[in-house]
Amino acid sequence: MALLSVNNLSIELAYDNTALVKQVSFEINSGEIFALVGESGSGKSLTALSIMRLLPDALKISDGKVQLAQQQLFSMTEQMMNGVRGKDIAMIFQDPQTSLNPVQTIKQQIGEVLRLHQGLTLIEAQPRIIELLTEVGIPEPQSRLNWYPHQLSGGQKQRVMIAIALACNAKLLIADEPTTALDVTIQKQVLTLLKQLCKRHQLALLLITHDMGVVFEMADTVAVMRQGEIVERNNTNDFFKAPQHPYSQQLIASLPDGSYFSNQAGEQPLLEVSDLHVWFEQRKGLLQRVSSHTKAVDGISFVINQGETLALVGESGSGKTTAGQAILNLTKATKGNIVFNGQSTAQLSDRAFMPYRKDIQVIFQDPFSSMNPRMTINDIIEEGMVSLKVERNKQRRRQQIKALIKRVGLEPEHLTRYPHEFSGGQRQRIAIARALAVKPKLIICDEPTSALDVSIRGQVLELLLELQLEHGLSYLFITHDLSLIPHLAHKIAVMKEGKIVEQGHTKQVMQNPQHDYTKELLSAVPKIKQT
Amino acid sequence: MKFTLLYSDALLLVLMIAIFAMVRAIRTNPQTAKKWRYVFQSRVGSASFIIIAFYLLIAILDSIHYRQALPEVVTKGVDKSAVSSQVHYSSEVNSVLDFILADLKANSETTYSAPFSLYSFAKENQTDSLGRIYRDYPRLKFAGSHIDDPSDQASDILKRSAIALGQGLLISLALVGLIKVVLIILVKKQSTRLNQNQTISYLPQKTIYLMLTFLIVSTTWAIDLGSVYHIFGTDKVGTDVFYQAVKAIRTGVLIGTLATILTLPLAIGLGISAGYFKGLIDDVVQYIYTTLNSIPGILLIAASILLIDVYIETHQSDFNLTIERADFKFLSLCLILGLTSWTGLCRLLRAETLKISQLDYVQAAHAFGVPHRKVISRHILPNVTHIIFIALVLDFSAFVLAESVLSYIGVGVDASMNSWGNMINAARSELSRDPTVWWSVTAAFSLMFVLVLAANLFADEVRDAFDPRIVKSGIFGIKRKQAQEI
Repeated sequence: MALLSVNNLSIELAYDNTALVKQVSFEINSGEIFALVGESGSGKSLTALSIMRLLPDALKISDGKVQLAQQQLFSMTEQMMNGVRGKDIAMIFQDPQTSLNPVQTIKQQIGEVLRLHQGLTLIEAQPRIIELLTEVGIPEPQSRLNWYPHQLSGGQKQRVMIAIALACNAKLLIADEPTTALDVTIQKQVLTLLKQLCKRHQLALLLITHDMGVVFEMADTVAVMRQGEIVERNNTNDFFKAPQHPYSQQLIASLPDGSYFSNQAGEQPLLEVSDLHVWFEQRKGLLQRVSSHTKAVDGISFVINQGETLALVGESGSGKTTAGQAILNLTKATKGNIVFNGQSTAQLSDRAFMPYRKDIQVIFQDPFSSMNPRMTINDIIEEGMVSLKVERNKQRRRQQIKALIKRVGLEPEHLTRYPHEFSGGQRQRIAIARALAVKPKLIICDEPTSALDVSIRGQVLELLLELQLEHGLSYLFITHDLSLIPHLAHKIAVMKEGKIVEQGHTKQVMQNPQHDYTKELLSAVPKIKQT
Repeated sequence: MKFTLLYSDALLLVLMIAIFAMVRAIRTNPQTAKKWRYVFQSRVGSASFIIIAFYLLIAILDSIHYRQALPEVVTKGVDKSAVSSQVHYSSEVNSVLDFILADLKANSETTYSAPFSLYSFAKENQTDSLGRIYRDYPRLKFAGSHIDDPSDQASDILKRSAIALGQGLLISLALVGLIKVVLIILVKKQSTRLNQNQTISYLPQKTIYLMLTFLIVSTTWAIDLGSVYHIFGTDKVGTDVFYQAVKAIRTGVLIGTLATILTLPLAIGLGISAGYFKGLIDDVVQYIYTTLNSIPGILLIAASILLIDVYIETHQSDFNLTIERADFKFLSLCLILGLTSWTGLCRLLRAETLKISQLDYVQAAHAFGVPHRKVISRHILPNVTHIIFIALVLDFSAFVLAESVLSYIGVGVDASMNSWGNMINAARSELSRDPTVWWSVTAAFSLMFVLVLAANLFADEVRDAFDPRIVKSGIFGIKRKQAQEI
């Protein structure tokens, strides 16, 4: 008998009956890790929310049954359901920053669940809270009981969330993208913890994710969702060996190939960064005196040759984005030198930097915030061409824009539309066209694919590679995703706490890492080992 | 006849042009147009907009001022051609609204009289046919003078109401028919522009037609009955209260719009530059608005009004007509109200600009070397307009109410100008009489109430449509967006 069985679950929009989830059925046994995989908008989170009966008002469950250990969840009253939530079914959310209450201590937050479901007072619950914190691997739980969420790191917050979920010995744990907001090394720790807990307590885990690597390392069973339907369900080994449905095949095929390495390119140095420091002043007191510095970038040096890609890798907060901004002269460098094409550009005023704006361009991470929602695509692409005086003739400018938009795989008709009419992948193509419009020599790609779905990610990277060959572009590719690098980058530089700890040719660094941190990073990446 | 353009008339004209320009600008951007469509798709939004538009129409009619030429005075011994070359104009300035409500304006009694009353409110010494002097309520000079027997009054009112109702229905029927015909022609002409058709078909037509009919019927009724009765009574000197209350619409609407418009340049300019440039500019702007905010607004307004009174006294020659003096004082009041209340919007805009200027598209614009001026006008300003719209409609009702409060404490508009505040101020003594004179304050209150309620309801709708955090149920498209985000 399965612990949780979902039968023909259908969810639709309440006002016009648009089906969002169609006839979804699956079962999870105790101790099983069940991964629900799919791209954004495929309905995987809705499925999870409807099991908890926490769907927003705009949606309704139109059909189906959910049974948890003999109980029919959909026929319960709301009050009975409150007894199930948090006690039998617990949920872990994506972002630990926002799912913990910032004004309550962790003791209060774990204690609340125990008070609600087991009637324990805070004092009675204390031993259990310490036990839970020890179990999820928070060091010195005794002294951390009265800490507030902001005193904990991201990984520790997620551990506290897991402790809350475990508090009442839940039978089913729903984890909705539990590690997407975390860095790779911490993701590894949290996933390992979850897996251990499931086996130890015979917990059923419904894991919602889009990362196939995570699925491979964690799950016993995989279900692939697409447009509200489960297209394939299989156990993990069989699934990765022989995916049946074309969409599953596509998902696995779109994963970057780790065994391929780019050849070396270009000898002519284009950008030389030496001993770059970017320090932010911290002011204190009445007179706002500089009391200390935040050392975002602390003495980094690297060279990018023409037609070459350098991948700048590091976890969040390592200063890689700040380094990119300093090269763009959007943030002033505190110390050090940046030489572009033989000319020193560090410490130049905005006006003096103007000629270089044309040569150095940028593509941002989030395709939704990188375009002004009130401008047409044509105006967005044209803006840089006008202000940098790339092409003064209006007619020719129009033609160039048309050619560009075709080059990045969109239609000239799209030019009169507004950004909100495009998907994330299309927007990132527009962002690429915008950067290319001014004919740059170097493009700083700041995590250009991390907001995109897996299958689209591959296409955008492919486009970047093609453009590099066509125009002899150089890229500074800022990323935290090591799996992209072999395919894309010629050289790699690993950043940690504002410093480059290791750099060299991609193959050399990836296959024979020297620094401990690089080794840790490489081992933490969830990988699919094909057998 | 000579048209006179007061400063406030000119400003109203500028305002109307600005509104038309804004509507045109909105129509070019599909996103903003869509949001406005949400506002007008809701029944409350459409209905309250029609009421506001009706008030605005009255204000416009009341802002077309002219002076009548005085009849020639023929004096003996003076050459006729010399006289006719110079036409003298009446010192009384009338508006188109005065012309429409001429009956109401002319039918002035001697003192108080209750609504629809045939008799004065105060007893007077009268002489009967036998020459005896007795004391009783005299018949009014104008109101109901067409009926001989007072007992006929009820049937007369009913009869006239029925006629007015019929007339009103006829007019509105004709108007609705006209609108339909125009719409059909428009749709045929622009059948290629699908958006246009959708807008029209999504509007709550029933509500709009009902609202129009209601407004037209009540207007005809008020004009028809107002010409023979005082439907809201008369005041201390016998002026028709309904006429006063209608004349006060212009004051209310203008103070609401002009004061709001005057806050905008300061709030937008300072708010956006503080948020965009940060550093020293931000410090200075913040310093200014915290200082201004910490001084009680009423104190500043009272002091400024006193200064203006002194200015008018010492520059008598600049203000030839009473209405010019009143207009000057009125505009100063708008200016002062505007100058003391820009801080709220400025603060909101600063915060929003701080947020937007960190977004990637502003960073991208910097990377393209786009000058600050263009970044502000192209990237920042269009993305904070929703805040400006919301503040604009919310402030409007606040200013209408502020005017009546200020007039009540005696620092409002000139006493010669009709305003709700002045009427309420007068009611201070009227309500302490016994029996009370309640109609003056009631008239002012109900007209003001309708305007402020309509403005607030409209503001609510605008905020719902433009505030991304509010998800309104039942409106097409918004829910879908929410569903996708999950």
